Amino acid sequence: MLADLAAYLGDGTNWAGSTGILNRLVEHVGYSALALLVGAVIAVPLGLAIGHTGRGEGIIVGLANTMRALPSLGLMTFLVLLMSSTLIPPITALVALAVPPLLAGVYAGIANVDRSVVDAARAMGMTEWQILLRVELPNALPLIVGGLRGATLQVVATATIAAFVNLGGLGRYIFDGLALYDYTRVLLGALLVTALALVLDGLLALVVKLVQPGTGRMTVRDTGLQAAIDDRAPAAPTA
Amino acid sequence: MITFDHVTKRFPDGTVGVDDLSLEIEQGSFTVFVGPSGCGKTTSMRMINRMIDPTEGTITVGGRDISTVRPTELRLGIGYVIQNAGLMPHRTVVDNVATVLVLQGVTKRKARITALEAMERVGLDLRMATRYPAQLSGGQQQRVGVARALAADPPVLLMDEPFSAVDPVVRDDLQREMLRLQSELSKTIVFVTHDIDEAIRLGDRVAVFGTGGVLQQLDTAEAVLTRPANPFVTNLVGRDRGFRSLSFQSATQVPVHDVETLPLAGLGSAPALAPHAWALVVDGDRRPVGWLNATRQALVGERGEAALAPLGSLSTPSRTLRQSLDAVLSSPSERGVVVDDDGALLGVVEANDVLAALSAQRGSTTDDAGVLGATATQDALS
Ligand SMILES: Nc1ncnc2c1ncn2[C@@H]1O[C@H](COP(=O)(O)OP(=O)(O)OP(=O)(O)O)[C@@H](O)[C@H]1O
Ligand SMILES: [Mg+2]
Repeated sequence: MLADLAAYLGDGTNWAGSTGILNRLVEHVGYSALALLVGAVIAVPLGLAIGHTGRGEGIIVGLANTMRALPSLGLMTFLVLLMSSTLIPPITALVALAVPPLLAGVYAGIANVDRSVVDAARAMGMTEWQILLRVELPNALPLIVGGLRGATLQVVATATIAAFVNLGGLGRYIFDGLALYDYTRVLLGALLVTALALVLDGLLALVVKLVQPGTGRMTVRDTGLQAAIDDRAPAAPTA
Repeated sequence: MITFDHVTKRFPDGTVGVDDLSLEIEQGSFTVFVGPSGCGKTTSMRMINRMIDPTEGTITVGGRDISTVRPTELRLGIGYVIQNAGLMPHRTVVDNVATVLVLQGVTKRKARITALEAMERVGLDLRMATRYPAQLSGGQQQRVGVARALAADPPVLLMDEPFSAVDPVVRDDLQREMLRLQSELSKTIVFVTHDIDEAIRLGDRVAVFGTGGVLQQLDTAEAVLTRPANPFVTNLVGRDRGFRSLSFQSATQVPVHDVETLPLAGLGSAPALAPHAWALVVDGDRRPVGWLNATRQALVGERGEAALAPLGSLSTPSRTLRQSLDAVLSSPSERGVVVDDDGALLGVVEANDVLAALSAQRGSTTDDAGVLGATATQDALS
C-alpha cells in the first residue's frame, strides 16, 4: 500500500488539473481560511469587547461549551436538509469549531494584559479605543495568535467534511477512497490533511514567537533617534 | 492650585473611601498624603485626574471644576506615576516616555527627541532608550515612569507610592532625584506614601489621613512631627518622631575638630598607634577611607586596606543634627566624620558637642519641641 502511495505521489499527472492534489490542497485551504475568517469576524470583536470591559465573561464559557458540544457532521447534515446551498452548511460547521478557540484566545489575551499597564495608560489620557488598540491588543497578540493556531488545527482537520456534501478539498480522497474501497486514496487524503495541519501549526507557532511584545524583533530603526542618542550620550563601550 | 471642597467618595459596595475631605494644595508645592493602608490616599489622589469621580463635593484644578472637564483632556495635563511604573511592555523606553506627547499630537520623531530630554532629566542613560521595559531593573523602570510623567511638562504630577517597590538604596537615590527635580521644575506634586520618613523627607506639606478616609492633619512636615494634631497622628509618626525631627535642625554650630590622619599610601610604614587612639585613614585626595586603631593596625600587613574599620555614615557641611548624631553613633571611634561636597575630609564632630547643640536648640524652641528633643536624646542614646 505504501508503494502504491509512493507511485501515486510520484506520478505528476496526479498533481495537476482540477482534481489534482494541488487543486484539492488549494480548495482545502480555501474552505479553512473562509471558515476562520468568518469565525474571526464573530470572535475577535466579541473577545475584544468582553476582555476590555470585563463584562459578559459568562458568554465566553456558554458559547464555547455549546459550540464544542455540536457534532460537526451532524450540524452540517442538518443544515443541508434545511437549505439548498452546498457551501454554507460545511462552512457553518467549521465556523462553529473555529469560534471557541479564537474567542478564548482573544478574550484571554486582552484580559491578561497587566492591569497596572492599562490603568497607567488610562491615567495618561488615552481614550478607551486607544487603550484597546495601542496597549491591550499589541500585548494580547501572542495569546490571540495562539487561539488562531488552535482554531486552525481543528478547522483544517475537519474541513474534510466538505467532501461529504460533494465539495472539493482533501476530503475528496477520503470519501472517494471509502466509496471505492481504495484505501491507498484514503491514506493519501489522511496524510495530506495531517501534513497541511502540521505545516500551518508550525508556521503559526513561529508567528506566536514573532509577536511576543518587547523582544525587539519588530523594531523599526529610527535613524534620527539613534543620531540624537549618540549626540547626547557618550559612544557605547562596545556593548 | 488643587482644591477639595467637602469631597466624599462612597463606593458602590458602601465603603467610604474618602470622608468629607476639604484641602488646598498650593501651586508649586510638594504635598504628601500619608497614612495607614486603606485610609483613602489613593482614592483621594485618583479623584484629581478623574480616575475616580467623587460621590459628593467638588474638586478644582487650576480654578476649573474638573467635573466639567473631559477626563482624557484633564489627564493629558496631569503626570501620573504608579508603584510598578506600569510601562507598556511592547514599546521601547523612549516610546513609553513619548506616550503623552504623541497623544497630544506631537509627531513621533519630535516626541522621541523630547522624550530623550526627559530621560536625561531623571538621570537615565540614554543608551537605554531603545531597550524594552523588561530589559531594565525595577529602579530604572521607575525612573522611566517618572520621565514619562514629566515628558509633556504637565503642571501637576501625581505619584502613588512610586518608590515603595524598590530597594532602600535605589529609593534613597530616587528621593534625592525628586527633590532636585522639584527644585528645578517647581511642579505641583501630590505624592502618596505610607512611609512617614519618606513623607517628611520629600514633602513641604504633609496631609495625614486616618482610617475611614478622614483627614487628620495638614501641615508642614516639621509641624506634623513636632506638633501632632491628635493622638492618631502622634501614633502614626511614632516613637522616633523626636529623632526624626532632628532632620529639621541645623548642625552648623556643632564644632568640627581636627583628627589624626594617616595616608592610605604608606599605611604599612605608619608609626604605631597608642592603645586606645583611633586615626582616620585618607586617600591621596584627602577622602576618608576608614578608621584604624592599634588592634587593627597589627593586621594591616596581612590584610591591607581590609583591616580598616568602616567609616560609618558621613556628615556634610549643610548637615542636620540627625545626620551628625547618626555619624557619631555609626562611627567606631565615637567621632562622626564630616566631609565637604567633594567628599574630602573636613574634620570630625564629637558626641558631647552634638548633645550640647541639642540642648541649646531645645532651649530656643517651643516647650513642646523641647520635650520632644529630650525624648530624642534619650532614645538615641539608649
Ligand atoms: N473600587 C473600590 N470598591 C470598593 N472599595 C474600594 C474601592 N477602591 C478602594 N476601596 C476602599 O476604599 C478605602 C480606601 O482605599 P485606598 O485605595 O484609597 O486606600 P490607600 O490609602 O491608598 O491604601 P494603601 O496604602 O493600602 O494603598 C479602602 O477601604 C478600600 O478598600
Ligand atoms: Mg494606595
